[in-house]
Amino acid sequence: MSDSTAISNSAAADVGHSHHGEHPPYQRHHFETVEQQADTTNFAMWLFLLTEVMFFGGLFTAYMIMRNWYYPAFVEASHQLNIGWGSANTAVLILSSFTMAMGVWSAEMRKKGMLVLFLSLTFILGLAFLGIKSIEYHEKWVKHHVPGLHWSDASFLNPASDPEVHKDYPGDKPLQSDMAEKTQMYFFLYFAMTGMHALHMIIGISILGFMIVRARAGAYTTGHVNYVENFGLYWHFVDIIWIFLFPLLYLISRH
Amino acid sequence: MSAATIVSLPDQSTARIPKMNFLTKENGLLSWLLTGDHKRIATLYLISITFFFFIGGALAGLIRLELLTPQTSLMAADTYNKVFTMHGVIMVFLFLVPSVPATIGNFMIPMMVGAKDLALPKVNLLSWYLYIIAGCMVIYTMAAGGVDTGWTFTTPLSTHYLNTHVISTGLAIFVAGFSSIFTGLNFIVTIHKMRCPGMTWFRLPLFVWANYAASILMVLGTPVLAITLVLVVLERTVHIGVFDPAYGGDPILFQHLFWFYSHPAVYIMILPGMGVISEVVSTFSRKRVFGYTAVAFSSVAIAVFGFFVWAHHMFIMGISNYAALVFSLLTMLVAVPSAIKIFNWAFTLYKGSITFETPMLYAFGFMGLFTIGGMTGVFLGSTGTDIHLTETYFIVAHFHFVMVGGMLMAFLSGIHFWWPKWTGRMYPEKISQFAAVVTFIGFNFTFFPQFILGTLGMPRRYAAYPPEFQALNVFSTAGATILGVGYLLPILYLTWSLKYGEVAGNNPWQATGLEWQTQSPPLTENFPEIPIMDHEAYDYEWLERQQEKEVASVG
Repeated sequence: MSDSTAISNSAAADVGHSHHGEHPPYQRHHFETVEQQADTTNFAMWLFLLTEVMFFGGLFTAYMIMRNWYYPAFVEASHQLNIGWGSANTAVLILSSFTMAMGVWSAEMRKKGMLVLFLSLTFILGLAFLGIKSIEYHEKWVKHHVPGLHWSDASFLNPASDPEVHKDYPGDKPLQSDMAEKTQMYFFLYFAMTGMHALHMIIGISILGFMIVRARAGAYTTGHVNYVENFGLYWHFVDIIWIFLFPLLYLISRH
Repeated sequence: MSAATIVSLPDQSTARIPKMNFLTKENGLLSWLLTGDHKRIATLYLISITFFFFIGGALAGLIRLELLTPQTSLMAADTYNKVFTMHGVIMVFLFLVPSVPATIGNFMIPMMVGAKDLALPKVNLLSWYLYIIAGCMVIYTMAAGGVDTGWTFTTPLSTHYLNTHVISTGLAIFVAGFSSIFTGLNFIVTIHKMRCPGMTWFRLPLFVWANYAASILMVLGTPVLAITLVLVVLERTVHIGVFDPAYGGDPILFQHLFWFYSHPAVYIMILPGMGVISEVVSTFSRKRVFGYTAVAFSSVAIAVFGFFVWAHHMFIMGISNYAALVFSLLTMLVAVPSAIKIFNWAFTLYKGSITFETPMLYAFGFMGLFTIGGMTGVFLGSTGTDIHLTETYFIVAHFHFVMVGGMLMAFLSGIHFWWPKWTGRMYPEKISQFAAVVTFIGFNFTFFPQFILGTLGMPRRYAAYPPEFQALNVFSTAGATILGVGYLLPILYLTWSLKYGEVAGNNPWQATGLEWQTQSPPLTENFPEIPIMDHEAYDYEWLERQQEKEVASVG
């Protein structure tokens, strides 16, 4: 890649002229100092997160408006979510944010072993979150609560119509027909919002996997913590999205 | 026109293009496809957007041909719908949005701030690849049968009633959107963090300010369009959604989300063009831009106000009267910073030493046509007249005056202005002046009749129309052929000039920007050493002293 040739060129030039002293190998050719590079990529990450806020903002707006329109249906549908699993997932994510923060700290302290450990823990907790999420999705599938793909109004009108399912969820009450129909909107938004969040988790976990491999080879613990730090920002951001999703989808209508 | 000119070229018998420059540094296709150099990526962008401009232009030609007669004579009404939709999609998302920022901005912003490259070269390259992927998806859509929703994807038309390729187009725009987000993000970071020593915010060229403002819009607006398109695609694939009333959704919500991006998008398109005009007007009247600070802040003001006017696209769509009132008022506010720019350019010309090279001719075209386009926008921003004029050809004429008369003129102005820097060679002056005049005449012939057609009540987006509108439509189509010639000429003589143009030297225009104080075409790292900015922007006296110093040292 011409970038890397440019890096090696400028590194070679620096050795020749030695006008800036030694450049560390991770400093890209177009930056004057390592500090400028760290500052710049950090700023870029914050800006990217800002675009993510706007991206999720569209979904939150849709949720807000639909919730106002179909308030009773949203309350009933919200009661269908399993608050235990939701809380467990919140705990998992907050813990993963902690391990991620510890990962950044280990990189700064140049502790390779601890960095690999904490990144791996974050990786596992991320997978745990997705595991729990898929249990919840599976439950919705069994109950015919997946709009568009696997949906039946009957599961709300008369939950006992499917005795196989009903015996596991005896608490489900029958709903009126118009309300049963509008719960679709809730579940569509539930899947759109948590699905978009899960997609961000999957991207994050993939990058984590790549980082663990690199960290084992000794990257990030030579004073160049930029990458870990910026990824940490992303990871915390995805957590914060969940911190908003959890009360809006699970808690808001419980009295 | 007298021989008055500011062009100063080196002695052509001895002048050579510098052997070492960004074009010659590395050879081979891969050195281009894997480059991190902002100037090479800008070149890739320039070639790609020109390609899509000519596809979009050919579709425009088909539209005008069809409208030559009142009946549907050239194509079926369905085909016509697809043609104008593809014209809109290509011109908006694949030409106008990336036009100035991704080409001239990409090339010049790092040079203007005195940096070696954009802050994130790989992200810059990624942005070009995303653009190409989006372009391929649009071409696939056309080959597969096109889409006929109009470029606005109005729901539930796009989600419920049509079976054309809404999904592939929607995803293409989603991808193109991320290309634009990454460009904007890169610009903001570069302007904040990569300025050379001495380059304070108020020493930045106004082109940089204008692109900074446009980048804010790209970064904050485009993600909203992205999620909106995801929801449209989900609505079509899963058949459930928040926009279709049949499923309990709200089509007005789609309008709000769509125009929350797409109104700021028109400022994404026009602001970088305004930046070009500031540079050109100053250079060719030999004066500092009048009211530098006001022009700089008017760009930011346009960006900020631009986010609070979107509902003026929805006056007839069932928003409340009070909302319409507030949005109408806010829309009028945008006219203020736009007028600040026009008046300040006029005052820059006042008592300036004006010369009429091609970039300046295009800039004059911009100022006239953008003023008309902007003023007619005020008609449309007033709720009363909007209800009469919206969805007629008045709208079509209005936004073509702003987008084509404004932005495209600015783009061509900028391309001619920076062509010598980009390629090291001059374009041929006489024929390009001719092309600029032809474009201006052709443009007015094409779009001015459409204002009249609109006030007479001819609706937009129909292949057929009542016979009494034919005379004006014939005018418009005739004008479009002239306009077509005006756009073909530059591509011919600019290509010719790559080999046969005169050698330009470092600074043929005697301009003050940092980009002119280095060789043309520039080195891969732009400057032999990082420059130090020790003067204000547009300081022509500084330039004179510099040149005296050079003469003295050579002598």
